[in-house]
Amino acid sequence: MKQFQLFILILIALLNAGLYAVEQVYQNQDEYIAQQFEHSSFEKAHIWLTPDHKEYLTELLGHKPYKIRVPVWHDNDTSVWILEEIGKEQPITVGVVVKGKQIQDIKVLVYRESRGHEVRQSFFTAQYVGAKLESSGKLSQPIDGITGATLSVRALNKVAAMALYLSQFIEPK
Amino acid sequence: MFSRKQISLAIAGVFSLSALAQGTQSDLVKTLEQQQKQIEELKLQVEAAVAAIEEQQSVSSQSKTTMGGYGELHYNNIDGKTDQIDFHRFVLFVGHNYSDKLRFFSELELEHSLAGEGKPGEVELEQAYIEYDYSESTTLKGGLFLVPVGIINETHEPDTFYGVERNPIEKDIIPATWWEAGAATQVRFGESGVSMDFAITSGLYTDDQFKIRSGRQKVASAVAEDFAYTARIKWTGVPGLELAATIQHQEDITQGDFNASAMLYEAHAAYRAGGFGLRALYAQWDIDAVEADLIGRDVQKGYYIEPSYQFNESWGVFARYSAWDNNAGNGSATDTEKRLSNIGFNYWVHPQVVLKFDAENRMGAHNGSGFNLGIGYSF
Repeated sequence: MKQFQLFILILIALLNAGLYAVEQVYQNQDEYIAQQFEHSSFEKAHIWLTPDHKEYLTELLGHKPYKIRVPVWHDNDTSVWILEEIGKEQPITVGVVVKGKQIQDIKVLVYRESRGHEVRQSFFTAQYVGAKLESSGKLSQPIDGITGATLSVRALNKVAAMALYLSQFIEPK
Repeated sequence: MFSRKQISLAIAGVFSLSALAQGTQSDLVKTLEQQQKQIEELKLQVEAAVAAIEEQQSVSSQSKTTMGGYGELHYNNIDGKTDQIDFHRFVLFVGHNYSDKLRFFSELELEHSLAGEGKPGEVELEQAYIEYDYSESTTLKGGLFLVPVGIINETHEPDTFYGVERNPIEKDIIPATWWEAGAATQVRFGESGVSMDFAITSGLYTDDQFKIRSGRQKVASAVAEDFAYTARIKWTGVPGLELAATIQHQEDITQGDFNASAMLYEAHAAYRAGGFGLRALYAQWDIDAVEADLIGRDVQKGYYIEPSYQFNESWGVFARYSAWDNNAGNGSATDTEKRLSNIGFNYWVHPQVVLKFDAENRMGAHNGSGFNLGIGYSF
C-alpha cells in the first residue's frame, strides 16, 4: 500500500511538471507560417499536381499524393509548406521551410501517434537543416533515426523531400 | 471645291462613325465586364469544388478508424530438435481517433496459426487502451497496454529488428510480449529528450516454480490481489541514441500464495548512426521469497549485446550474444546459465517486408546449433 501511495504522489508531481512544461512548445500552422516571414511580405499560392508531379511523388512517397494541389506560402526565395504524411497509423502534420533549394527548417506541428514523440524535438529535426534533394529523390544528408519510431522518421524524410521537389515549381512573385 | 451639302454629309458621316465606334467600345467594355464577372464566378466555383475534393482527400480527414498489422513466418532447424515451420505471429491493429487528443488502439494476435483446445496457438488481446493527450507533454493511458520496459516489448514488428526469433532475454527475463491492464502516464520534458513513464497495472501470478514467463496472466480474468508499479526513464537527446532504464515493483508475484514481492531492474542502450547499429540490454529480477530462494529462482537475470551494420536500404548484417539464467540464485553450484550466439542478415524487399536468416549456437545449460529462416511484414 505504501508503494501505491508513493506512486500516486509521483504521478501528481509528474502531472504538474507536464502542465508546467506544456506552455513552452509547439506552434499552430498560422503562427509557424507567419514566423518565417517576419521581415518580408509573402503570398499564398498553389502548386497543381500535374501527371509528371504525381508520378514523381508516387515514387517518392510510396503512394499517390493525397492532394490535387499543394498550398505554399512564399516570398522571393523562401517557401513554407504544411504537409501531412502517415507515420505508423496516424497522419503527422509537418511545417517545412525551403530556402535556396535546401531545407531551412522543419517542425512537427501535430503528432498523433502513441509512440515516437521524439521526432518533434529540435535535436532531431535539426538534422534536416541544409538538406537538398538529390536526383535520386533522396535527401543529400543522412538522418539518424529513432529507436521505435522508424515509420515516423520515414514520414518526415518523405515530407522533406516532397517540399524540396515542389519548391522548384513556384512561380516568382 | 466642295459644296456645302458635301461638307455637311462628310461631317454627318464622321459623327456617325464616331457614334458607332463609341457604341462598339461600350459594348466591348460591357462584354469584358460580363466575362470578368463570369471568370470570377467560375474561379469561386472551382475553388469551392477543389476545396470539397481536398477535404475528402486530406490525409487527416480520412477515416478516423485505422488498421494495420504485422506477421512473421519462421523455419527453425536446430540440432536435437524437430525441425519446425511456424506462422509464429499474425497480428491486426485497429485504432480509432476520437479527436487529435483522444484515441483508441488495439492489437489482436493469433499465435502459432491455430488456436483452440489442444492446439499449439492462442488468440490474444495484447493491447486495447484509450489514450489521452492531457497536454503537449503529458499523455494518459488506461486499459490493456504493453509494459514500458526493454527494447522489443513495445516495438516488435519483424522489420524493425534483426534475427528470426526475438532475443531470449526479452523472452525469459522480460516476458515480452508483456501486457497488463491498468493506468499509465508519460511525461516528456520539453526539448531535453527526457521522458518518464509510470504505470500501475495488474501483476504477475507465478506458481511455486517462480517462472516469470509463465506468470503472465494476460489480463484473462486475472487475479488482482496484488499490483505492479512500473517506472521508466528514457533519454533520446542525441539523434540515433536511446538510453533507458526501467524499475518495476511487484507487490506479490504469487498473488498471496507465498508473499513474494519482486523487483525488476532493466537498462538498455540502442544506437544507430549511418549503417552502424548497436543494441545492448541488461535485466534482472530479485524475488523476495524463501520458496524462490530454495530453488535458485530468487535471482533471474540476463543480458545481450547486438552490433549490426546496414549496407544499404536492402541489406543488413548482425551478430548477437546473449546470456541468461532463470536460476541465477543458486550461485555457482550448478551452471544453469544459457548462452546463445547468433549471426545473420536481414534483406528488406520493401522497407516493411523482410527476409531473415541467422545461424545460432547454443552453449552453457543448453546446446545445439542450427539456423533459422523467416519472413516478416508490417503495414
